[in-house]
Amino acid sequence: MNDKRFKIANREARIGVVLVIINFAIWYGFAYGLGNGDPSEYEYIFGFPAWFFYSCIAGTIFMIILIWVAIKVFFKDVSFQDGEDEK
Amino acid sequence: MIHWQVIIPLFVFLVIIFIIGFWANRHVRNSNSFLQEYFLGGREMGGFLLAMTMMATYGSASSFIGGPGVSYNLGLGWVLLAMAQLPAGYFVLMILGKKFAIISRRYEAITLIDFLKKRYDSNVVVFISALSIIVFLFASMTAQWVGGARLIESLTGLNYIVALLIFAVTVLVYVIIGGFRAVALTDALQGTIMIIGTVILLIGTILAGGGIDNIMGSLLNENPQMLTPFGSDGSLTPLYVSTFWILIGLGVIGLPQIAVRAMSYKDSNSLHKAILIGTVGIGTIMFGMHLIGVLARPVMPGIEIADKVMPTLTLEVLPPVLAGIVLAAPMAAIMSTVNALLMLVSSTVVKDVYLNFINPEATDKQIKNRSFWVTTIIGLAVVLLSLSPPDLLIMLNLFAFGGLESAFLWAVVFGLYWSKANKYGAISSMIVGLVLYIAIYQLAPNVFGMHSVTIPVLASLVTFVSVSLATQHKTALNNTNL
Repeated sequence: MNDKRFKIANREARIGVVLVIINFAIWYGFAYGLGNGDPSEYEYIFGFPAWFFYSCIAGTIFMIILIWVAIKVFFKDVSFQDGEDEK
Repeated sequence: MIHWQVIIPLFVFLVIIFIIGFWANRHVRNSNSFLQEYFLGGREMGGFLLAMTMMATYGSASSFIGGPGVSYNLGLGWVLLAMAQLPAGYFVLMILGKKFAIISRRYEAITLIDFLKKRYDSNVVVFISALSIIVFLFASMTAQWVGGARLIESLTGLNYIVALLIFAVTVLVYVIIGGFRAVALTDALQGTIMIIGTVILLIGTILAGGGIDNIMGSLLNENPQMLTPFGSDGSLTPLYVSTFWILIGLGVIGLPQIAVRAMSYKDSNSLHKAILIGTVGIGTIMFGMHLIGVLARPVMPGIEIADKVMPTLTLEVLPPVLAGIVLAAPMAAIMSTVNALLMLVSSTVVKDVYLNFINPEATDKQIKNRSFWVTTIIGLAVVLLSLSPPDLLIMLNLFAFGGLESAFLWAVVFGLYWSKANKYGAISSMIVGLVLYIAIYQLAPNVFGMHSVTIPVLASLVTFVSVSLATQHKTALNNTNL
């Protein structure tokens, strides 16, 4: 019942939820925040409309970095077999 | 018209896949735990393999053929929508994660249904699950199969039936003899081809269009709406697009063909690596392929049939040998999806139906025998059905997606993380999810401006929680060590 490994697993699942919320916020915020106006007045970054650049390109790269950091910092190694861990 | 430069790389690709199948068969023959080896590859996958098999199973004909076709017509808004798939790379593995890996080993689960059966201790759950997997994934497999045959048909100029047979023989041989290990290894090759193909085609298209600035300029001239998040016809509302996060992002946890992969990897380290590699891979493919569809418009205006955008563009903008490699990508995507579905339907029939209901006492030899035969028969049945193919590729595919998600999502998530989840909650939420999804899909698709999957998923959540709570007294917490 109070397997330590499950504590770790639960925490990592919560981190997954937090990451997905951040992901959605970036995606939604930039897309509809910047993309709402008249397309002829869009700003362009590297040739892409700004909303698209931030929401789909920069946002994705940012998420990948964030996921990498989250794994490095928070994710722990555990054994998947029962009975090996109880040292 | 036959393009030899295109056919030769495709042929080489098929030969390598065959070799992998025979190599994996040695493991199957030498294994002392046939079921675990044949249906899970002995739970030995490392990070790269796990990432690739998740990505390749998930990425299908619609990512490479259907999706770019829609982008071609709707513009950047559809690329935005496609990016809702990014969580399929990390969220799924983080949620199922270590808990699922530990529990499925403890239960000695080989299939997703094994897990549900032991967790909820209910044959009704097994029955509903097996039925929905067989029905939905059979439909989905047929759609992919037809897509594969059509693709070979359009690339080689062979007629549909010959193309279908080439595709069927290739897939069936390596899956039947090699099992999950062959599927995962070929997925690694196929996934790699998918990523490389996407990058090559993206660069080729940008060059052919004279740079991004130029392409965006032409789109702005043609129809400024192409550059907005709302689609060329304004049909992509924020609410509608947001609900795709459920269908193609978060709900992916409930897809059995994806979930089963989360019980087949070796250790924590594999999981960590796979999350990162998988997210980068899915991000690259989904972003790249859908953007390619938009960029293709100024490069090759006036393509009437959406499904022809990607193949036509490839042959137009790339030199022949590169075109061959790139066109192997959708082929790889289709094969890697089909092989996973075939394996899954077969494991459902053998492990969850035959061993569960028909012959629990089957000997090892019988199980082995049945597994090969069931896989073969299902494969042949799909081939027969594909002879008179149904039309709307994406539709069928998404139908299966939404149906399975409505049925399984909460049963899996609560099964892992909520000790009060019980069989009454699971059964009622599966039924509510399935019935509601089919009803909405048929009667009022995209009701209230949300994708059809939204309400069934929410309704099955509410049902699950309330029924489980209301029936706590009936199930004195069946002690599953959660």
